[in-house]
Amino acid sequence: MSSPSIGAEPPYAGAPPDGEQGRGRAYLVTAMFLAPAAILLSVWILYPLIYTIWRSFYDSSGAHFIWLDNYKTLFSTDTTRTAIKNNAIWVAVVPALVTAIGLVFAVLTERIRWSVAFKIAVFMPMAVSLFAAGVIWRIMYQQEPSRGALNAVSAAVVDRVKQPGPLSDAFPSGTKLTGTPQTGIVLKTPVRPGSVALLPLTGIPPDQVPAGSVQARQPAPKAGAITGAVWRDFKPGGGTPGKLEKGEVGLPNVTVVLRDSSGKSIGSTTTGPDGRFVFAGVKPGAYRTAIGSATFRQPYGGVAWLGAKLINPAIMIAYIWVWAGFSMVVIAAGLAAIPRDTLEAARTDGATEWQVFRRVTVPLLAPVLSVVFITMLINVLKVFDIVLSVAPSSVQANANVIALAMWRTSFGGVNDFGLGSAIAVFLFLLVIPVLALNVRRFRREV
Amino acid sequence: MATATAAAAGEEAVVVPDPREKTSARILRILAKGPLNILLIIIAVFWLVPTIGLFLTSLMSANDFANFGWWKVASNPHLATWNNYSNLIHHTNIPSSLWVTIQIAVGGTVLPIIIASLAAYAFAWLEFPGRDWTFIIVIGMLVVPLQMALIPIFSLYNHLHLFDTVFGLILFHTAFGLPFAIFLLRNFFIGIPKDILESARIDGASEIRIFLRLILPLGLPAIASLAIFQFLWTWNDLLVALTMARNTQPLTVAIFSNLRQFGSNIDLIAPAAFFSLAIPLVVFLAFQRYFVQGLLAGSVK
Repeated sequence: MSSPSIGAEPPYAGAPPDGEQGRGRAYLVTAMFLAPAAILLSVWILYPLIYTIWRSFYDSSGAHFIWLDNYKTLFSTDTTRTAIKNNAIWVAVVPALVTAIGLVFAVLTERIRWSVAFKIAVFMPMAVSLFAAGVIWRIMYQQEPSRGALNAVSAAVVDRVKQPGPLSDAFPSGTKLTGTPQTGIVLKTPVRPGSVALLPLTGIPPDQVPAGSVQARQPAPKAGAITGAVWRDFKPGGGTPGKLEKGEVGLPNVTVVLRDSSGKSIGSTTTGPDGRFVFAGVKPGAYRTAIGSATFRQPYGGVAWLGAKLINPAIMIAYIWVWAGFSMVVIAAGLAAIPRDTLEAARTDGATEWQVFRRVTVPLLAPVLSVVFITMLINVLKVFDIVLSVAPSSVQANANVIALAMWRTSFGGVNDFGLGSAIAVFLFLLVIPVLALNVRRFRREV
Repeated sequence: MATATAAAAGEEAVVVPDPREKTSARILRILAKGPLNILLIIIAVFWLVPTIGLFLTSLMSANDFANFGWWKVASNPHLATWNNYSNLIHHTNIPSSLWVTIQIAVGGTVLPIIIASLAAYAFAWLEFPGRDWTFIIVIGMLVVPLQMALIPIFSLYNHLHLFDTVFGLILFHTAFGLPFAIFLLRNFFIGIPKDILESARIDGASEIRIFLRLILPLGLPAIASLAIFQFLWTWNDLLVALTMARNTQPLTVAIFSNLRQFGSNIDLIAPAAFFSLAIPLVVFLAFQRYFVQGLLAGSVK
């Protein structure tokens, strides 16, 4: 039409219908390309989106429109409130930590020769399902130091610093002793120089009898000294409690403390193989003999990772273990894209490594860091499988998160589709800012 | 590729010494790296040990698990036994669960790739009204939590008799994999030089022909990354299978149903869990390059 030679234009007879037809056919081809995706996305995502929003305004039976009541329940029930509170902690802690760890790893691996091997090691858990990762960490978190690797490591350290006592399970035999293993076990009656203090203990299993112990012997009284014995007051067939008999062994290496009348410790000694001990050169007066609490110190029992108090940090550690590799690899790629000259220029100008990192590297990486952070934010909001596999059922209520509460409410026995829908919508509302961000980024690109 | 580039850059920083640097300064620099290397070795060990722990646990009887930790097996190899694995294969439903998982993972990978590459081609190279805003809707769907679909699809599957079927699970994974797949592939396809397409069109090739003969072969790297993602995602899924199936149990659900008695079922849980992660691990190690590429191309999900 804009042709300069309108009059000379030859009749274009067949063209318009042909073009129309051609365009029609082109649209048909386009529709064929798009139809399968359009159908699936409409039926599995768009329709459910609308249905779930609509359903969230109805009660559990679906018959009564209750407006916002499900949302009120969501914020007033303990279960869901715990879930929201826990998820808030997740959001506050995990994305920032994963991003920071990834950044540190990416920067550090730049300086070593075996960075590829390191990256594969850290990245590997990405291939493992979050569910299996949970199983892996549940094994790591077993409480007894003999079974759980984490507690075994801490026990090795703690038991070295505070050695467990030789007789951690013993308790007094007979009625003449008082006190607890925590405070030390004391003879009820005072002793004076020249008298004998008998300290019988029981509750010592045969395998805990110290090596090298021999038949216990009755100590002889000695002037100016307090003598006594500590022994295992048990022999096959029984025996009399409090009485030193044949077949009962002495307990060596037990720390015995001498206290004056005010309770102050004035001396200590250890027992011999037959359980005997001597405090020599004791001034006249009334004293007390006690077995110190160190003798009864329990070995380190381990941290209750899977208990109610620590279950959330425990799950988060497992989760960070999985995702740190993702963060590291994405940030390392961003780091590789930073022009070397920029960093070198800063170094030539006399900047320290820390200044280069803080003032040049991190600002240049900001876009990459924000991508990692936002990705983790979305992931953390939807956290589900790993909670189910790390947390034993007894503490799952303490570890509840929004996605888990949604599933429990809808399919875990309660089967309240109204409240379940409301929880899902709440989750959806939380990710909408991210959705808006993605859309804006795309529009800028186009 | 990204790891390789990063490694090359790192190596450069290490190997090429500053020409003005004195020998003493160089020795000092290498010595200063000692603690860094040790620190990184400790970190790498921390990242590897838990998985090794699972493997060694999978070789222990439930009785042994109640008494000592898996590291005992490492120092006393005679404590290890393959009994758990032979029990797993002969006396449990784990092999049938493995078959379910394989079906879901293969179907849930192939189907979305076919459907998404068709749609991505249309978004990249075909003109149609409303192209941009429909693509924006697809991007919006990227972050829709699948929790939003659980209740309606559960009801729908009951009506359509898709509940508790492998096909139903595959369709669910396909639909929720599509937004990411379309996004990733469209961005890749749009980078294919326009001349190639134009000349093919002038030669009279149909769009379908162009798609099959040009776009798919050229888009293979992107399709490979996508395939790995989708495979890992469907293989590792718990939530969808737990909701949309009862007797059709993939590995994750089968393990989950034994989790309540963790200690006494450990001789089943540990080998099954190791089983379930060994295959994705092999896939991941073999195709790591594509995985990283996909990660970098589409880390918006």
